Amino acid sequence: MSGILNSSIGRKFAMALSAFFLMVFLLQHFTINLLSVISEDTFNNVSHFMGTFWLVQYVLQPVLIFGVIFHFIMGFVLEVRNRNARQISYAKNNGNANSTWMSRNMIWSGLAILAFIGLHFYDFWLPEINTKFIEGDMSGLLPNGEYRYFEELQHKFVDVWRVVLYCIAFVFLALHLLHGFSSAFQSTGANNKYTKGLQGFGKAYAIIIPLGFVFIALFHYFNH
Amino acid sequence: MNLTLKIWRQKNANDKGKMVDYQIGDISGDMSFLEMLDLLNDQLINKGEEPVAFDHDCREGICGMCSLYINGEAHGPDRGVTTCQLHMRMFKDGETIFIEPFRAKAFPVIKDLVVDRSAFDRIQHAGGFISVNTSGNTIDANTIPVNKHDADDAFSAATCIGCGACVASCKNSSAMLYLGAKISQFALLPQGKIEATDRVLNMVKQMDEEGFGNCTNTGACEVECPKGISLENIARLNREYLSATLKG
Repeated sequence: MSGILNSSIGRKFAMALSAFFLMVFLLQHFTINLLSVISEDTFNNVSHFMGTFWLVQYVLQPVLIFGVIFHFIMGFVLEVRNRNARQISYAKNNGNANSTWMSRNMIWSGLAILAFIGLHFYDFWLPEINTKFIEGDMSGLLPNGEYRYFEELQHKFVDVWRVVLYCIAFVFLALHLLHGFSSAFQSTGANNKYTKGLQGFGKAYAIIIPLGFVFIALFHYFNH
Repeated sequence: MNLTLKIWRQKNANDKGKMVDYQIGDISGDMSFLEMLDLLNDQLINKGEEPVAFDHDCREGICGMCSLYINGEAHGPDRGVTTCQLHMRMFKDGETIFIEPFRAKAFPVIKDLVVDRSAFDRIQHAGGFISVNTSGNTIDANTIPVNKHDADDAFSAATCIGCGACVASCKNSSAMLYLGAKISQFALLPQGKIEATDRVLNMVKQMDEEGFGNCTNTGACEVECPKGISLENIARLNREYLSATLKG
């Protein structure tokens, strides 16, 4: 059992588990972001709860960061090993004849998402950590006594280039999920009578969630 | 039809190798791809040149020996066929055809288009069998009832001819469709369950040692497999391996 990460199947199983965790997180993140479109107060209240509740901050957040880092490192490890398994490339390779572009380019869509996460951390996570744990302000309030979360969100979407970058990143997220969702189930051994349905659900998830994020970004750009 | 062939030529395992162009004419659409190569070799021999080395045996789509990567696809552009079953009618007059060996670190080129696929044999030796008493009192397999659905799936898996098209087509050179088929054909039958744990652990270990890549579920192997081996077999391999790991 201890050596499971040393085997090809063990590694893909671990990759799939981290993918499941990240896909659940993504749904939760989307749900909370969608609240910013529906109700400013609700968004502020939920954001404050998520930003101060000990279980989220000190248990789920470290697990999430570990999950993200693990998924990327394992992705790179698999990519390097896989490239090493064919040292001479074909002079002509017709990949489109037997597989999707998304399935063959997970490393590139993944790298685009990694770059986006860097920007996203710079925009939201680092200022949040600075406010709460360096400045020690856990109130979540502005000087005028109102919650800061909604205003901070809208402030980030003033710059059109940031909105464009976010939208491009969400396209890569959709491409990554279009293969990744069903691939994660296959890697855990789930291929049965429900597979067709799961693949359909996965395609819907891969399109609706990123499209929703794009909608939220554009909504705040045009309504700030 | 007249064709331009771009063929990988490599004198031996240590030679660097290169693509070489050949012109060939009078090709009938009813010829098989290997017959077209036979014709090319006749012409090369007549000119005193070294013929192109390529693997073939039964020429009936059964043995799994032919192994060419044709115009960017294992066994060429047709579906559900090996190279020996590929007909020249799949190509157009004047077309340029790329002919390369199956590429994988675990399948080193021996000469020209011939590759060493003994890595598959070593995986098979690591556990692709059942231990049966054959000393004269062997029990007929048909005396053990088998669910029809399982029997059909086991038979489908057993149709794998071990040609290596899955490895050649996979961008990662993964052998998991091959191994999935070999594991499934035993895992689904009562005779195979007794050694199931050791079988899957040993065969996966051997596969990894041979230098095959990791499956990323692109599905290219299933599309290019001449016997239509399904991705369900890779899922079953994953389940069998995880179950065996937990037990072991």
